[in-house]
Amino acid sequence: MIHQISVFLENRSGQLAEITHLLAENGIDIRAISIAETSDYGLARMIVNDAPKASAVLLEAGVILSMTPVCAVEVPDAPGGLAAFLQLLAEAEVDVEYMYSLFTHRAGRAYMVVRVSDETALTAHDIKLVGMDELGLK
Amino acid sequence: MANYYQPEIETASYEQIRAWQNERLVKQVQHVWDNVPYYRQKMEEKGVTPADIQGVDDLHKLPFLCKDDLREAYPYGLMGKPLADCVRIQSTSGTTGRRVVAFYTQHDIDLWEDCCARAIVAAGGTKEDVVHVSYGYGLFTGGPGLNGGSHKVGCLTLPMSSGNTDRQLQFMTDLGSTILCCTPSYAAYLAETIHERGLKDQIKLKAGIFGAEAWSEDMRHDIEDSLGIKAYDIYGLTETSGPGVAFECEEQTGMHINEDHFIAEIIDPDTGEVLPEGSKGELVFTAITKEAFPLLRYRTRDICVLTRKKCSCGRTHIKMSKPMGRSDDMLIIRGVNVFPSQIETVLLQQGYTANYQIIVDRVNNSDTFEVMVEMNPDMFSDSLAKIADAEKELVGALKSMLGIAAKVKLVAPKSITRSEGKAVRVIDKRKI
Ligand SMILES: [Zn+2]
Repeated sequence: MIHQISVFLENRSGQLAEITHLLAENGIDIRAISIAETSDYGLARMIVNDAPKASAVLLEAGVILSMTPVCAVEVPDAPGGLAAFLQLLAEAEVDVEYMYSLFTHRAGRAYMVVRVSDETALTAHDIKLVGMDELGLK
Repeated sequence: MANYYQPEIETASYEQIRAWQNERLVKQVQHVWDNVPYYRQKMEEKGVTPADIQGVDDLHKLPFLCKDDLREAYPYGLMGKPLADCVRIQSTSGTTGRRVVAFYTQHDIDLWEDCCARAIVAAGGTKEDVVHVSYGYGLFTGGPGLNGGSHKVGCLTLPMSSGNTDRQLQFMTDLGSTILCCTPSYAAYLAETIHERGLKDQIKLKAGIFGAEAWSEDMRHDIEDSLGIKAYDIYGLTETSGPGVAFECEEQTGMHINEDHFIAEIIDPDTGEVLPEGSKGELVFTAITKEAFPLLRYRTRDICVLTRKKCSCGRTHIKMSKPMGRSDDMLIIRGVNVFPSQIETVLLQQGYTANYQIIVDRVNNSDTFEVMVEMNPDMFSDSLAKIADAEKELVGALKSMLGIAAKVKLVAPKSITRSEGKAVRVIDKRKI
């Protein structure tokens, strides 16, 4: 499992820019980001190189956030790689709540952040989970 | 064990209080008749002369004064003493319309500070205490009033004034403030900041005297729990001298009105008819000891209830409830009466902070009603569906309290302008 930081975004332009700027100022590298929104507010999910530091910086600035453990999985960086992975989940009757990709790529491998209804099901199948160390995260 | 600043006055018998009021009212009406042409003309228009006022039972014969009179008579029209006899002015913090300017002789200041001293002693203040006054100083009555009262009690007085939270907390921890005087919204803000900075163990506060804006019982409990203090309400208006017209005792079931200086009435805000004790209506004050700004039957616009039930603290002066709203703060939205305090109650019950803003507008001849609410860490979730559920629950609770639907807008914490003075709770953009 890896640490994911979710932050609350009110419906106001420039708010995400402020948050990413704050992280940049503190030398924090964003490794993946995804935005979910309604018409009134939104939520940014992020994987960063140093989650404890990022959360301290954001909390200090008064940002509302939550830390959630999520899975990172390795899939082949080739046509059908993701499809095969999702097929496995479907067969195991595991629901995907959300999913987005990490910027990290390595020799033919791509990495996805995924939140599923049943994490234990992932390990039971032929799915390669990657940890914090492997991705160089703290 | 109750303590009093002026025990012989604060625990006087009802008959004694009545006797003071009768005597002082008669004298005051004559003083006003002789010295305030503006009010004399109002009396003449009503066909009333000082001879008609023999005591409190005749009070209802006198004409009312309201905020419009103060504006019309601005600045000197309601003075009862020549300027040469006055030593101070204070003014309202009102942001709309013309300011109210009130005048004081040294005698007026003295009595006002006595009233504030009674409030401080009722909150447990003694000469051993360090009173931290974070009301604004200057034209606003909050700072000068509590400052003067604190001196009278003999407390070490910290004239902090409002703002500069870092400095407030530094003095509070370094000098061991024991009684905090400020607006309830600022008290809540300080409490939050104290927790954020982990200073809870370094503060010695035991009580707070909070007034100058509306606050609910829930907000009281929040502040009390968070700071580990007893929070006392205090009431006053610039027009009637300032804070200290009424104050809470340890029973915390309403504020004792200083009846040796003020006669309180409850009237029907529509008809002006005086209502019996226990009725809910508009609070009206007659100042019977003030010299320079002697307002008779001043309509406060505050809606509340008076009760003379025996109080466990031993004080005999009548008690007023916390104002339940202002007759001019009351919003009529889609034909329904809405008091901001109702919204505050719901927010606190649902686990949100009491920091909110109501925005009312009119679009295509129909009222829009939006409540901006600060998201709080406990309500936040990684799942939009869960946030939406919490929001739906809040919308439902507001609807059942108010009887009309509000659109809720969740915003980032601390993004609603928070007062170091008074919070802006209502923005009414309707042009009617
Ligand atoms: Zn009492």
